[in-house]
Amino acid sequence: MNWRNIVTVYQKELKDSLRDRRTLMSTIIIPTLVMPLLTFGVGKVMASVISRAQEEIPTVAIIGGADSPGVVAALKQAPKLRVVAVPADWRRAISDKKLRAAVELPAGFEAGLKAGAAPEVRVYNYSGELKSDLGARAVERFLTDLRERTVGERLKERGLPATVARPFEFQRENVAPPEKVGGNLFGGIVPYLIIILCFSGAMYPAMDLTAGEKERGTMETLLCSPVARGDIVLGKFLMVLTGSLSAMGFMLLSMGLTATIGGTMMLGGGAMKVGAATAGKAAGVLPMIDPLGLVGVLAMVLPVAVLFAAAAFTIALFAKSYKEAQSYLAPMMIVVIMPAVIGMLPGIDLNARLALVPLLNLSLVCREMLSGVWHWNYIALIFGSSCVYAAIALMLAVKMFQREDVIFRA
Amino acid sequence: MIEARELTKTFQDKKRGTIQAVDRVSFRAEPGRIYGLLGANGAGKTTTLRLLATLLQPTSGGATVGGFDVAREPEKVRTQVGFLAASTALYGRLTAREMIEYFGRLNGLPPAEIRTRIKRLAAELDMGEFLDRRCDKFSTGMKQKTSIARTLIHDPAVMIFDEPTLGLDVMTARAIVRFVRECRDRGKTVIYSTHVMSEVEKLCDTVGIIHDGRLCAEGTVAELRARHGVHDLEEVFVRIVGEEERK
Repeated sequence: MNWRNIVTVYQKELKDSLRDRRTLMSTIIIPTLVMPLLTFGVGKVMASVISRAQEEIPTVAIIGGADSPGVVAALKQAPKLRVVAVPADWRRAISDKKLRAAVELPAGFEAGLKAGAAPEVRVYNYSGELKSDLGARAVERFLTDLRERTVGERLKERGLPATVARPFEFQRENVAPPEKVGGNLFGGIVPYLIIILCFSGAMYPAMDLTAGEKERGTMETLLCSPVARGDIVLGKFLMVLTGSLSAMGFMLLSMGLTATIGGTMMLGGGAMKVGAATAGKAAGVLPMIDPLGLVGVLAMVLPVAVLFAAAAFTIALFAKSYKEAQSYLAPMMIVVIMPAVIGMLPGIDLNARLALVPLLNLSLVCREMLSGVWHWNYIALIFGSSCVYAAIALMLAVKMFQREDVIFRA
Repeated sequence: MIEARELTKTFQDKKRGTIQAVDRVSFRAEPGRIYGLLGANGAGKTTTLRLLATLLQPTSGGATVGGFDVAREPEKVRTQVGFLAASTALYGRLTAREMIEYFGRLNGLPPAEIRTRIKRLAAELDMGEFLDRRCDKFSTGMKQKTSIARTLIHDPAVMIFDEPTLGLDVMTARAIVRFVRECRDRGKTVIYSTHVMSEVEKLCDTVGIIHDGRLCAEGTVAELRARHGVHDLEEVFVRIVGEEERK
């Protein structure tokens, strides 16, 4: 191994890549724009859609209720509901989003209430559809109020205090520091974004430096030089790794700037409005990411970036052309995303077995580190196993580069 | 000097099985002379030259190039070789100067030496006008000049040309032929592969005719003509290949 040659190859590849628009897009421009776009772009659109849906007074149909004029009148007077005539096919009207929800009052509902029976009211909606869910929730709120009012009246009739039905009050209060709240909130999404950007950052330089060179005929030119093939691989690999790490670096930098500049906006009306509102309100402060956790994440990502760079390099090297390399590497994105998505799911906790599953282990440990939880035994196991996987991938890359049938594949 | 001894290369192909690309080829190319490898497409010329340039490893047999063994000392062989082929392209995003400089560094030359050599080569090849322009904007002639400078930056003792005039216009092809002669005149060992008879007649001191991976005939153009009793080199080639196929 000759470091002088490795550095020479690396410097040339760096200069070459900095002049390649596709590489610049994937390693600098997209990673820098992804957080502001998510926060101020998609987030703002999402927030505005949610707020518009919340402002809308939902249309509700009352099914039955001819013998319960009091409840029907109260429903019609409820300021958060707009009662409309029952369509012929009201179920379909809900599915077609023409009606937000329907409430079915059983026969003799008011009489039943007076008699002390427990009649059942049904609320119909289009589950999962935001405006229909909000409509159903407004109906349920009305019914809850009605039930509480009924209980209150019954207690009053019997001369009992309201505390009989409501013996104590409770209040929820957040005690976790803002870093932990932020870690929990962003702990899933940050490793997910890091993994995706790390891979896409490696993808384009890997394709350009291997299949791209074969296609353009410069690979043979390079192989004519007296530099050992192992040194060429390492020089090129370092460039692919630079692409991967710079994508991550620019994303984190942009994330930091976005959080600093738009922090208040994020809580006030930005992307995280729904989630952050809960956490932020409970904490009473802006959720933050623990800087130490972020350093830990960076350290853990390093061997994974090596793994990505070596794997992308090896796969792209096998291809004859840039296009062929793209068709091999694009589906790899799904393979990379899957464990990251699983790691974001609630209820999946880190254990010794999962600590050996590449990428999923990173996703899980990053979530914990960003929330300020440090399981040193798992961290060591994950870092160690990731280093082993990275070393195997790098060895494979060197081996592939020595194969004539791969380099001169026609 | 180049000395190939029973040089053999086989490839494994899933559909076609074992392919004998080069079959026990032996020849000797001397300094200050041009050895021409004449053969049809797919005859084994490129594979032979790639073996000599250590881009491929021989399956059996061997060769020494500039005093080094191609199988045991491939990196040392490459310090002795300048390889120019239609398939050896330039980095489009680098300038001609950066391209030549890169190969100077890969050949272990100190920066000051690289600068001096680039200046000399640029003057010799009349590259001053486009030396600092990116290669992807070059005409074919400019590309060829830059490729030549790239092969000469480390002043190799052996020059290997694999169909260097393929697809070039007449003027650029003539410039290449002139450059090949200059290499010979400077005392370099030159090996030149082609399927163009006129280039062989103009350039080569010794000719090896290759067919189906085997070296079927060898000699000067005059010797080959005399051996087969015809003056037309194309006719000589057809007769040699015909005899080989009848075997």
